[in-house]
Amino acid sequence: MKIAVCIKQVPNSEARLRLSRDGKWLDEEDLPFIVNESDEYALEEGLRLAERTGGEVVAFSLGPERVREALRKSLALGAARAVHLADPAFAGGDALATGRALAAALAREAFDLVLTGSQSDDAGFGATASIIAGHLGWPHVWLVMGVELEPAAGPPASAKVTREMESGVNEVSRVALPAVLAIQAGINHPRYASLKGIMQAKKKEIAVLSPADLGLDPAELGAAGSRLEVLSVAFPAAGEGAQILEGDPKTAAAALVQKLRQEARVL
Amino acid sequence: MPELDGQAGQGGQAGQDGRDGQGGQGGQPGGGRRIWVVPQLRDGRVTRVSWEALAAAGRLAATLAASAPSSRTAATVPVAAVLLGSGVDAAARELAQRGVAAVLVADHPALAAYTPGAWIGVLAPAIGAERPHYVLFPHTYQTADFVPRLAQRTGAGLLPEVTGFGPAAADAAGAGGEAAGDGLVWTRPVLGGKLQARVRVRGAGTVLVSVQSGSFPADAPPAAAAKGDADGNAKVQPLPVDAAQAQPDREVLGYEEAAAQQVDLTKAGIIVAVGRGVGGADKLGPIEELARTLGAEIGASRPVIDSGWLPRERQIGSSGQTVSPRLYIAAGISGAIQHLVGMKGSAVIVAINKDPSAPIFTVARYGLVGDLHELVPALTAAVKAAQG
Repeated sequence: MKIAVCIKQVPNSEARLRLSRDGKWLDEEDLPFIVNESDEYALEEGLRLAERTGGEVVAFSLGPERVREALRKSLALGAARAVHLADPAFAGGDALATGRALAAALAREAFDLVLTGSQSDDAGFGATASIIAGHLGWPHVWLVMGVELEPAAGPPASAKVTREMESGVNEVSRVALPAVLAIQAGINHPRYASLKGIMQAKKKEIAVLSPADLGLDPAELGAAGSRLEVLSVAFPAAGEGAQILEGDPKTAAAALVQKLRQEARVL
Repeated sequence: MPELDGQAGQGGQAGQDGRDGQGGQGGQPGGGRRIWVVPQLRDGRVTRVSWEALAAAGRLAATLAASAPSSRTAATVPVAAVLLGSGVDAAARELAQRGVAAVLVADHPALAAYTPGAWIGVLAPAIGAERPHYVLFPHTYQTADFVPRLAQRTGAGLLPEVTGFGPAAADAAGAGGEAAGDGLVWTRPVLGGKLQARVRVRGAGTVLVSVQSGSFPADAPPAAAAKGDADGNAKVQPLPVDAAQAQPDREVLGYEEAAAQQVDLTKAGIIVAVGRGVGGADKLGPIEELARTLGAEIGASRPVIDSGWLPRERQIGSSGQTVSPRLYIAAGISGAIQHLVGMKGSAVIVAINKDPSAPIFTVARYGLVGDLHELVPALTAAVKAAQG
């Protein structure tokens, strides 16, 4: 079966973060970017389903030039080819604008399944999969912890999908294919790229698409096509609400134990 | 008071891209300045976070009423609850007593089990016909499953996981100032809570908002909401369900326990919880030693579980257990919102983290900033010394 996996490149939030000069986002100079965590699981799930059914995975990503690195990594892991939505008009979009662009790109081919991660680790809308599904008119499931293709042999017609709910309960449901599934982190154990995979990736195609290729008006894309606008971002004030106990580890730990006994009275 | 008059359903002729065709031209005259809340039920009862969404709606109504130009808009902004389900009379009555102006009830066998297709099939035509200014949802996994698609279908704006709102700063710079639109600025976490973003919604038309758990205390009924009948109860009125539109798009086969929960962390008096910052399953020894010394249970944030360093039954957070021990020690946990909702009810929280700007410190009472591999053994030694 033919599977699309949408991946996003996000800042590595473990890195030292500085705000941009306009205060609206991070200063991206020297900021390391990584593939969004749940998207890595989505790619792994796509690769496994493609291997099981003798199909192929196509990786999609929207973003600036640096996004090619994430697509190249997907190719090294086993995607057959990649599609890069690369145009300044795509930049700064909210989930609806980004979903519109991705859906138009996905609709150019006949996929049986589209996978995304459940949520981006930066903007965190968790919305792209179901917005894509709405445009395509396909069923979708968000926060997927298990996918079983049906029938087990022959061309798949439906998928039995386990969706995570709150409080440790999962919903098990069946959706007709084609469908869009938003994959939750932890569904599988993503593989590592092999040296052979990395070498092969260099020869694989990364197609580049613009709004014109998608037949979309730049006014309905990116920041221009978004109703949501970020005015500013800020770090939570350091230690806001918390008493920080200073000193070397031994001093700080002793001060903490004294507070927990005398002040909070929980020890 | 929303007037439905059977209009719902007219907006449901899906166009080529599956939309209900709500343009960006704003609501019809007299429409728009009202708020809907779509509560969620569990075992037939309105959930706590749904009451919080109603509390947020009450505050939002008061803020909009206070800021609206009086020439254009009535002084009150009514809040209606919109309830979907099958056999939900009891929940409808409960909602009617909570200070909302109306309870619109879509009660239909097609809504016995939640599916995005059925929920959107009811809500999209209703939103298309009535064009509420805002529709508020509790930020739950169910909301995240269908509300973005509802926004796509109706052409509404989408504003997920808000933690607060307020009037725009008067002195703010920028084109038209921050007060463009309806003059509200919303806060929501980004980068897993490492940053707080202030956002606004541009343009006219309905906005779908989901409200993060714990952000709007629900102890008081929504303020400034228009009252219903003489008893203070709101009118309960049916919301039409077009069975042809409310079609399930998935076949729900059943529900299952995600993990056999052999460990009940909800009863623990003290919990020592670890996050990704611990660095590996082989580095848990000092954590276990601290837990033993304190007589504590060990918990973990999601990345630790996903990496296989601890079993899933130890997971604390929105997809794990919700705990409120008298002492919660978070080591190497940055404090993503999904973790915070599972532990911020703890009586005393201690955060140990190398990053002083980690959001965990915003909920902690005490903090230790530094390398947990040095601080945790030091803490164990200090506890032992105090125990004598």
